[in-house]
Amino acid sequence: MIPELGHFALIVALLLAITQAVLPLIGAQRGNLTLMSVARPAAQGQFVFTVIAFICLAYSFLVNDFTVENVASNSFSQLPELYRFTATWGSHEGSLLLWVVILAFWTTAVSVFSRHLPDDMVARVLGVMGLISIGFLVFLLTTSNPFDRLLPAPMDGRDMNPLLQDWGMIIHPPMLYMGYVGFAVAFAFAIAALLSGRLDAAWARWSRPWTTVAWAFLTLGIALGSWWAYRELGWGGWWFWDPTENASFMPWIAGTALIHSLAVTEKRGAFKAWTVLLALTAFSLSLLGTFLVRSGVLSSVHAFATDPARGAFILAFLVLVIGGSLVLYAWRAPKMLSGGGFTWFSREALLLGNNVVLLAALGAVLLGTLYPLLIDALGMGKISVGPPYFNAVFVPLMAPALFLMGIGPLARWKEASLPDMVSRLKWALAISVATGLLLPLTLDGFKPWAVFGFAMSMWIFLTVLVGFRERLKNGARLSTLTRSFWGMQLAHLGMAVGVAGITVVANYEVERDVRMDIGDHTELAGYTFTFRGTTEHVGPNYRAARGTVEVSKNGKKLYVLHPEKRIYNASGMPMTEASVRPVLFDDIYVALGEPLDEEAKTWAVRVFHKPFINWLWIGSLLMVVGGFLAASDRRYRIAVKAAAPTAAAAQGA
Amino acid sequence: MKRWIPLILFLVLVGFFAKGLFLNPREVPSPFIGKAAPDFTLPVVGDPNTTFSPAEMKGKVWVMNVWAPWCVSCRQEHGLLMALAQSQTAPIVGLNWKDKDREAEMLLAREGNPYFAVPEDLSGKVGIDWGVTGTPETYVIDQAGIVRMKHVGPISPEIWKEKFEPKLKELGV
Repeated sequence: MIPELGHFALIVALLLAITQAVLPLIGAQRGNLTLMSVARPAAQGQFVFTVIAFICLAYSFLVNDFTVENVASNSFSQLPELYRFTATWGSHEGSLLLWVVILAFWTTAVSVFSRHLPDDMVARVLGVMGLISIGFLVFLLTTSNPFDRLLPAPMDGRDMNPLLQDWGMIIHPPMLYMGYVGFAVAFAFAIAALLSGRLDAAWARWSRPWTTVAWAFLTLGIALGSWWAYRELGWGGWWFWDPTENASFMPWIAGTALIHSLAVTEKRGAFKAWTVLLALTAFSLSLLGTFLVRSGVLSSVHAFATDPARGAFILAFLVLVIGGSLVLYAWRAPKMLSGGGFTWFSREALLLGNNVVLLAALGAVLLGTLYPLLIDALGMGKISVGPPYFNAVFVPLMAPALFLMGIGPLARWKEASLPDMVSRLKWALAISVATGLLLPLTLDGFKPWAVFGFAMSMWIFLTVLVGFRERLKNGARLSTLTRSFWGMQLAHLGMAVGVAGITVVANYEVERDVRMDIGDHTELAGYTFTFRGTTEHVGPNYRAARGTVEVSKNGKKLYVLHPEKRIYNASGMPMTEASVRPVLFDDIYVALGEPLDEEAKTWAVRVFHKPFINWLWIGSLLMVVGGFLAASDRRYRIAVKAAAPTAAAAQGA
Repeated sequence: MKRWIPLILFLVLVGFFAKGLFLNPREVPSPFIGKAAPDFTLPVVGDPNTTFSPAEMKGKVWVMNVWAPWCVSCRQEHGLLMALAQSQTAPIVGLNWKDKDREAEMLLAREGNPYFAVPEDLSGKVGIDWGVTGTPETYVIDQAGIVRMKHVGPISPEIWKEKFEPKLKELGV
């Protein structure tokens, strides 16, 4: 009964989405206020019904209703309750439902926080988001119904993929989707502006906080995904340039470029066409990611079960949404006249430079991700593109972006003076170069990429300091600085911290694979690892061999780690559960390989020393906090109050 | 003209995607196609005293299906394999791959056994020799013991009709 209720709720949500899309868009075109006013209630109703559907599915998982095919395939009676709940979005169907719920959530948020916008703008934005909802709801109902029954019901479920049974995976997908789907708001604003033909600076101001919040969520989602891969996959890597990862990284790069371009469009009225195109691109890449991950055109370590019918549907949807928006763009492009001239050395020019570099990096990632598909489609064979390509192309492209990041915020709009800039930043530059050259000498080996990474990290850090110092010298106090200034500087600081972390861990990590008998020890990076054997351990839905490894330094016992080798009961899938001891400056990471003898006394053990890896997550968190701070800046709220009376007056007239 | 560039680039990509939907990225061409099938001798599930070796199949066209009881997508093709076994096309040998919990015998007793023989590759070493990348995988071997084709992933009735039947017909089955 409950699954049928959920199915029914989805159908109602679809009808509401159709209402939300069609009536307001017609109303906005004809200037009919009655039709336009349908948008808000329809959007909110759609949200309510998608949430009902989601609760029904979650309930089916929690009560182990194995007559529902999705539950039978992705859950298990022994699975702990928390994971039974998160299994709701562990499958293709469930995650798509989550996507729809989050899209409806964003739509509802827009419907609530848009009191200050003109009615036709709100109607168009909600209408466009309704169109996207229709696409996804139809997709869900026709090809991926999460409520399909399986009769006769199996005795027990097949269990959730053991890799996903980790708390990093509980919050990673919702955060990631908040980011992906959040770009739909910026997309809808851009389409609404194109439809109305009013491409002034106002739409840039309206979509800025939404874009920044979506970007912050996406940053958090990607960081969580990387952190999960690091702990859960058992080989100590944190980024693999896998197609699925790239699918989330590409919208992030486009979103980063969009945030910076929106700033210029809002403040100076420049780059209008470019900003619109970026807004379309960021969401298009989110959709493209969905297609790549769910259609099976690329092979990836963590793709969903694939089905050509689904792939064909998403591709048709992509053509409609992206193709349609690009046609609209091309049609309206002549109306987008850029205002506000600037010289080659100004904040505008620097931000444009930063955008060009980011887009080049985006192109490189896109090419690398799609290259196997292109070659295969041309009948030229099967290849795979791995980290060597991406590192060789992406890292050097980031160099100018990081350098410009330091100067951009300090340059004046319209026209800046190069000699002035040099005199303001000469010390920062000198210290950064010196740090880059000298710091590696104190570490294990002098490596060119380490020099570059340290110099760039220090450069961004010092320019952030210069930014604060100059503001304070001009009479501002820390408490009077705007939140958008704090947000930007925190996010840039996060980048500095993250770059430092990546630099150290990529250049100075060490690992060792050893064969260990009970009592054996091995040395790594000044630590001594002693193997104390394994014991049988029975988990809720798995059996494990749990190892005990003592870590000591200079004869002093520091930590005891318990890496596990698990076999999951339902699937029989073996899993390596690494044990990580996180410290601010280094991680000690131990993973159990395979037993090397019959009694399982001797094991292949892999030990890692990962210096500074935590700086990567700390840096990401700073960026996230920066994003939220910037989006909560007072002027967006002041704009609400100031605009409210005029909107009311316009309605009265 | 400039304003149409994004659309044109996008449409080119769509062309590739549309083509890509009909390709299988997991299907890596096997270097064994046209070469002699790697030899092995393994005990048979349910009867540890008997062994199976590809050499016994000389003179026959046969199919080798790599499967495992823990493999979910192997269950999808199980029904089709049962039907094929009844229609007596070519004998199907089921290489039971890395079945650490020894569940194959029970499973086949419960769900039906479509296999001519079920050699047990507990360590997965034979799988390595054959270049198995995952389960299920299915090979067609001719009278002379030469591997003629390989399919990665579960077999659906359509795949059997379009891919296997022509090949088997060509080999005279």
